[in-house]
Amino acid sequence: MSAYDVSLLSVIGLNVMLAVSLNMISGFCGQVSLGHGAFYGAGAYAAALTMIASASVALSLFMGTIVGALLGLVVGFASLRVRSDFLAVTTIGVNFLFTGFVRKQSWLGGEMGISGIPGSGFSSAGNMVMILIFAALTIAVSFYISRSWMGFAFRAVSQDEDAAATLGINSGAYKLAAFGIGTALAGLAGGLYAFFTQFITADTFDFILSVMLMAMVVIGGIGSTAGVVVAAVALTLLPEAIRFVNDYRLLVFGGLLVLVIRIAPGGLADLARRLLMREAKA
Amino acid sequence: MTAILQLDDVAVRFGGVSAVDGVSVSIAAGEFIGLIGPNGAGKTTLIRLVAGIITPDQGRIVIDQKDVTRNSTAARVRKGLALTHQLVRPFREMTVLDNVALAAGYRRTSSPLRAALFVEREPEYERAAALIVRVGLTGTERRLAGSLPLGQMKRLEMARALALDPRVVLFDEPLAGLNRAEATRQIETIAAVHAQGITVVLVEHNLEEVLRSCKRLIVLNNGRVIGDGAPQSVIADAAVQEAYVGSGMNAHAVH
Repeated sequence: MSAYDVSLLSVIGLNVMLAVSLNMISGFCGQVSLGHGAFYGAGAYAAALTMIASASVALSLFMGTIVGALLGLVVGFASLRVRSDFLAVTTIGVNFLFTGFVRKQSWLGGEMGISGIPGSGFSSAGNMVMILIFAALTIAVSFYISRSWMGFAFRAVSQDEDAAATLGINSGAYKLAAFGIGTALAGLAGGLYAFFTQFITADTFDFILSVMLMAMVVIGGIGSTAGVVVAAVALTLLPEAIRFVNDYRLLVFGGLLVLVIRIAPGGLADLARRLLMREAKA
Repeated sequence: MTAILQLDDVAVRFGGVSAVDGVSVSIAAGEFIGLIGPNGAGKTTLIRLVAGIITPDQGRIVIDQKDVTRNSTAARVRKGLALTHQLVRPFREMTVLDNVALAAGYRRTSSPLRAALFVEREPEYERAAALIVRVGLTGTERRLAGSLPLGQMKRLEMARALALDPRVVLFDEPLAGLNRAEATRQIETIAAVHAQGITVVLVEHNLEEVLRSCKRLIVLNNGRVIGDGAPQSVIADAAVQEAYVGSGMNAHAVH
């Protein structure tokens, strides 16, 4: 396996983790978040600083997860006050705040970021395996949640919070849980990213990344773990496979997003479901 | 008899208007209460106060001797309160069976952590299927709730409320928009619910059905209780007749 393949598979694993974790917040629980890059970044910075201070991979990943979740819970509390469009705008603001804050902090490396992060002790291939294992675990957690009563209650909260309350479901607690779990996994992905590149800057975690992740969720099918995984893999590979897509990445992703919302609002997952139903009828 | 639901001097104002103004009511377990009043009397606001959808500016709401005035709707539901909405609110993208099963699983969904521990849904689906039959929705189990006509949606709301094992059910205009046959069937189901020992509070404009079913009538006007007692004596009260429907009410009372 070439160094390029190792790098590409690592990026695929990270994007799968990010898109699937965002799907738990926005797909399962219906809380539109356009600031997922901030939680990814918070995890990366926390893991990098912990690694520099302690040289412990496990502790660094743990801290990345915790810091991602803590920031997520803070934003989650905002979701108790604001809904839908206003929540989306709030999360955009969080993403800009995060990158703006990090750029101005010398202890976080400022504009130059943090370089020379100690390695995990694994080779590049070893790091890739670690990322893919965590990506597989993230997918497993997502499938489990969607089958559990937690996933059932998330669906209710996403459709009608007030009606859910009349069934004894504490909508606020579920929204916080969705933000907590989703952003913890984004923070973990950030920790893995810090080991993958050993160099981080604020630009990596900007609003554009958050929009790309949301595009993966929408194109895959909001709420469908399998659809989102397929979309995350496909949209990571597409710019690598086609030069044009790489040069006009935002244009192509934006176009795909508009196309999906116009033609198949349920995304790839819904398209596949409809095709299977048509075949079953035939 | 011990009160299952008690309101002490409850009041709420919207802007400068008193929607509910110093209401005190005590309801014993097993009662069937009809709550009536002209449009704008504060009936739905009172129901929403009891359900915890809005918080009173003053007063105290007690369910089964526990002060729930500051508790959320979800917390009150877990204390034995159930509510059907005036404007039906099913989960439209879920099937009828899922809607009722979700209510039947209220013990599992009491907290996210607890909900995350359970995957098994069979017992709740079995209970939901039985309730769907009981409210007369047989054959609709796999249909999306949003595709049901209004009459069936109202029955779905009732099935969801019953799935919560309630001790008190607040029915907010359950007959509104239904034809005569549907309304009769709906009121029969409500009577059957009461016959099981569940306390019923029925807010309804269909006075004929209210008078036929309830054992105690409470009349609201301008946010205040102006009548409370046996239906026949309450509707015979001059103040109630003046405030409410006038001679139309007499005709119902006589029959």
